[in-house]
Amino acid sequence: MKVRMLTYTRQDSYIHRLTGAAKLIFFAVWSVTAMITYDTRSLLVMLLFALVIFRLSKVRFRDYSFVLYLILFFFALNHLAIFLFSPLEGVSIYGTRHELFPIAGRYVVTEEQLFYQFNIALKYVTVIPMALLFILTTDPAEFAASLNRVGISYRIAYAVAIAMRYIPDIQRDYENISFSAQARGIDISRKEKLTRRVRNVIGILMPLILTSVQRIETISAAMELRGFGQRSKRTWYNGRPLAARDYAAVALIAAIAVGSTWLTFRDGTRFYNPFG
Amino acid sequence: MKHLENDEQVIVFSDFTFQYRAQAEPTLRNISLTVRKGEKVLIAGPSGSGKSTLAHCINGLVPHFYAGTMQGSARIMGEELGEASLFKLSSRVGTVLQDPDGQFVGMTVAEDIAFKLENDGVPQHEMKQRVAAAARSVGMEGLLGASPHELSGGQKQRTTLAGVLVSEVDVLLFDEPLANLDPQAGKQTIELIDRIHRETGKTIIIVEHRLEDVLHRSVDRIVLIEEGRIAADASPDELLCAGLLKRAGIREPLYWTALQYAGCSVTPDMKPASLRDLRIDEWAAPLAAWYKREEPVSWEEEERPAVLELEGIDFAYERGESPVLQRVSLRVGRGELVSVVGRNGAGKSTLSKLVCGFYKPTAGRILYKGQDLAGDSIKERSERIGFVMQNPNHMISKTMLYDEVALGLVLRGLDETAIRERVHDTLRVCGLYEMRNWPISALSFGQKKRVTIASILVLQPEVLILDEPTAGQDYRHYNEMMEFLLMLTGQGTSIVVITHDMHLMLEYADRAIVLSDGEVIAEGSPADVLTDSRIVEAASLKETSVYELALRAGIEQPKEFVRRFIGRDRKERGA
Repeated sequence: MKVRMLTYTRQDSYIHRLTGAAKLIFFAVWSVTAMITYDTRSLLVMLLFALVIFRLSKVRFRDYSFVLYLILFFFALNHLAIFLFSPLEGVSIYGTRHELFPIAGRYVVTEEQLFYQFNIALKYVTVIPMALLFILTTDPAEFAASLNRVGISYRIAYAVAIAMRYIPDIQRDYENISFSAQARGIDISRKEKLTRRVRNVIGILMPLILTSVQRIETISAAMELRGFGQRSKRTWYNGRPLAARDYAAVALIAAIAVGSTWLTFRDGTRFYNPFG
Repeated sequence: MKHLENDEQVIVFSDFTFQYRAQAEPTLRNISLTVRKGEKVLIAGPSGSGKSTLAHCINGLVPHFYAGTMQGSARIMGEELGEASLFKLSSRVGTVLQDPDGQFVGMTVAEDIAFKLENDGVPQHEMKQRVAAAARSVGMEGLLGASPHELSGGQKQRTTLAGVLVSEVDVLLFDEPLANLDPQAGKQTIELIDRIHRETGKTIIIVEHRLEDVLHRSVDRIVLIEEGRIAADASPDELLCAGLLKRAGIREPLYWTALQYAGCSVTPDMKPASLRDLRIDEWAAPLAAWYKREEPVSWEEEERPAVLELEGIDFAYERGESPVLQRVSLRVGRGELVSVVGRNGAGKSTLSKLVCGFYKPTAGRILYKGQDLAGDSIKERSERIGFVMQNPNHMISKTMLYDEVALGLVLRGLDETAIRERVHDTLRVCGLYEMRNWPISALSFGQKKRVTIASILVLQPEVLILDEPTAGQDYRHYNEMMEFLLMLTGQGTSIVVITHDMHLMLEYADRAIVLSDGEVIAEGSPADVLTDSRIVEAASLKETSVYELALRAGIEQPKEFVRRFIGRDRKERGA
C-alpha cells in the first residue's frame, strides 16, 4: 500500500543532517519572508536558492509527486479565482494600465495583472519546495527531541511526533472504510450531487473518527504503562545537540530574511514596480 | 518498595471486587488469588468474563486509567492497588498489550524499546547499550532502525516485549498475546515467553483463551475466570481432567478431544496438558482401535457449479514494483465454504479487494458465473459478491441497527416497504430480529460483527468474503458465527473465509487455499494441507495436534486419522 507518501524517509544529505529544530526555524522564517515580499528580484533569488537546496536534499520525486500534483491543481484554481474576482488588481497596485487583449465585459488582460499573478506564483513556488523538504527530511522522533530542546514541553513535542507515527495507520483505516462504504453504494465520486456527496463523506468520517478514538485510547494506555508523563523531564534516544551547521542554517535564514525585507521596503512599497 | 525474597508473594488478591464506573454491576467479584515470585500463570476465560479487567488490576490501569470502585484488597508487589501510582507500578509490572500495532509508540524499533528508559530519564549513552541488549534478548537486534510498518505482527510484539524487558521489571503480563498473530508467530511467542521465564526467573502472567496454543509450553497454573469469579485455580493437568474448561466456553486442545472420542479416561498423572509430556503408552491401542472403528470419510469433491473464478491474476500496487499477487487462479463453487490461509502480507486481503473491484488486476480475469467482471463497478459487484471486513467499526456508519442494515438498499433507491421486508428477513436469518430497534452502541463485539454481515447479506450476494470473521471472539461466539455461516452455505451462498485460525479451517472449510508470497502454493482438503509439513512451514501455519497425536500413538496412516477425526467431529457438532 502507498503508505509512505509524504513521510520521512531515512537518507543522508546536508539537509537530512540538520536537526529538526533548525529546519523548523528555517522553514517558518522562510515562509513569512516569502509571504511579506512582492519584490520580484528577491523572490527570484529565493526561488533559485530553494531549488538548489531541494537538489542537495536528494529526496525522491515519487515521495512527493502526488502531493505536488495536488498543490499544482489548487495553484491553478487559485489563479483562476484571482482573475475572476479581481481582474484589474494589478492595475490598481502598479497604477498603470497596459492592455493586451480584452476577453469580455470587465475582463481585460493587462500586463500589470499578469505581472501581479506572476509574483503570486513565484511566492508559491518559493515556499512549496521548503515545505516539502521540511516534511520529507525531518525524522519525527528527532524533531520531537529538538522541539523539546528549544524549550517546548516534551508532552507537546511527543504529541507531534506520535501524530506523524500514526498517519499511515489512519490512512489505511480510511482506505478500508471508504472501500466498504463504496461497496454498500455510498458514492463519493464526482458522479454524485454535491450535497449528497458531502453527506456521504460525513458517513465515512464517522467510523474513521470512532476507530481513531479507540486507537488513541490504546496508545495512551500503552504510553502510561511505560511511564510517560510522570516526570518533568525525559531523555531522548535520538536526541542530538545543535551542531555548528544548525547555527549556520539559522544565521543564513536570518540574513535572507533581513536582506529580502530590506530590498522589499527600500522604496516604501511591498511591490516591485517595473511599469513606473 | 522492598526487595522481594524468593518464594515471596508477588500478587495477592483477597476478596477483591471491582466495578467500572459506567457499569451497573461488578465485573470482578470476590477474587482471591496469590501469585508467587517466578511462577508462570495462565488466566483463562471466555469474552466478558473479566479476565482482562483482572489483568488491568495487576498493571494498575485499574483504577488509574479505568476508574471504578474497589472492595477488598489487592496487593501488587507489596503495595495496595490504587495507592501506588501507575508510574511506580510500571517499573515493577511490564505489560504487553493485545494490539501489536496500537502499542508501538516509537518511530523505530530502537525508539520503541527505549521509550520507558526515555521516560525514566536514563542518559543517552547508557540507553543505547541497554536497548541493544534488550533487542538481542528477543532477536530484534538486526532491525533496530526499522519503522513499524516494515514489521510483521510478531516482530512488533517482540519489540514491545523488549521495551518491557529493558527496565528490570519483576512481573511480565501478557494480555491476549496471540490474538493478532499467525499460527507460526504465535508459537514463536509462546516459546520466547518460556525462554525468558527460564532465563530470568521473572513472574509471568498470560491472559488468553487459546488454551492449546499457550500450552505449547508448560505453565504452572491455570486460573479460570467465569462471570467475574475464579471458577478454578489448578494445574493444567488437573483442570483438563476435571472437564471445567469446556463448560466455561474454553476450547479444549484438539488432541484431547480425539482422546475423548477414543474413549480414553485420562488422569492428571498422565500429563495430558502437553502433547510432548503426555504418557500415551496405554492409550495407543485404544486410539488405534478407535481409528479402525471410525468410518472412513470420503473427501470426494462433489461437482459444484463454479460461482467465482480467478484466472491467472497478477497484481502490483505500482508499475515496476514487486508484485503482490502472481498467477493466482482459484475457483469457488456454489454453496462451498473455502478458507484462504497464509501469513500476514501473503496477499490474502489484496485478493479480496481485487474481487470486489477496489483495485484492478494487472493481468488475469475474474469471472462471476462465467462472466468477466472487469467492466463492473464496485457497486455492481457488491450485489453479487459481498465483503465483510475484519473490524466491524470500519463498516458501521449508522447509530441504529435497522438503519445500518437498510443502508445499502436505501442507497439503491428501493421503496420503503420492500426495504423493510428484506431487512426483516435478513435480521431473522442473522438472529438479530429481536434487536432490530436497538442502537448499535448497545451491541457486543460479536453482535456488531453479525450486523456487518447482515448489512452485506441484505444485498443478496451469492458470494460472501469474510476477513477473519472469528477474530477477537471466544469459543462459544466462534461456534455460533461458524454455524451461522455453515447455515448460509446450506442455502446456497458461497463463502470465502480469510483466516489465521487453523481450527476454523479444519472444522468448517470444504477446501483450503494456501497463499505464500502472492502465489497459491497449495489447494486441497484442510486435513491434507495441515498435515503437510512443507506447506505448513512455507505459509506459517501450524500442524494440527491431532496429527502429532497420531504420530505419537504410532498410527500407520496419520493423515487418514486426522480425516476420520474431523469427520467424527463434524458429526458431533451436527448432532
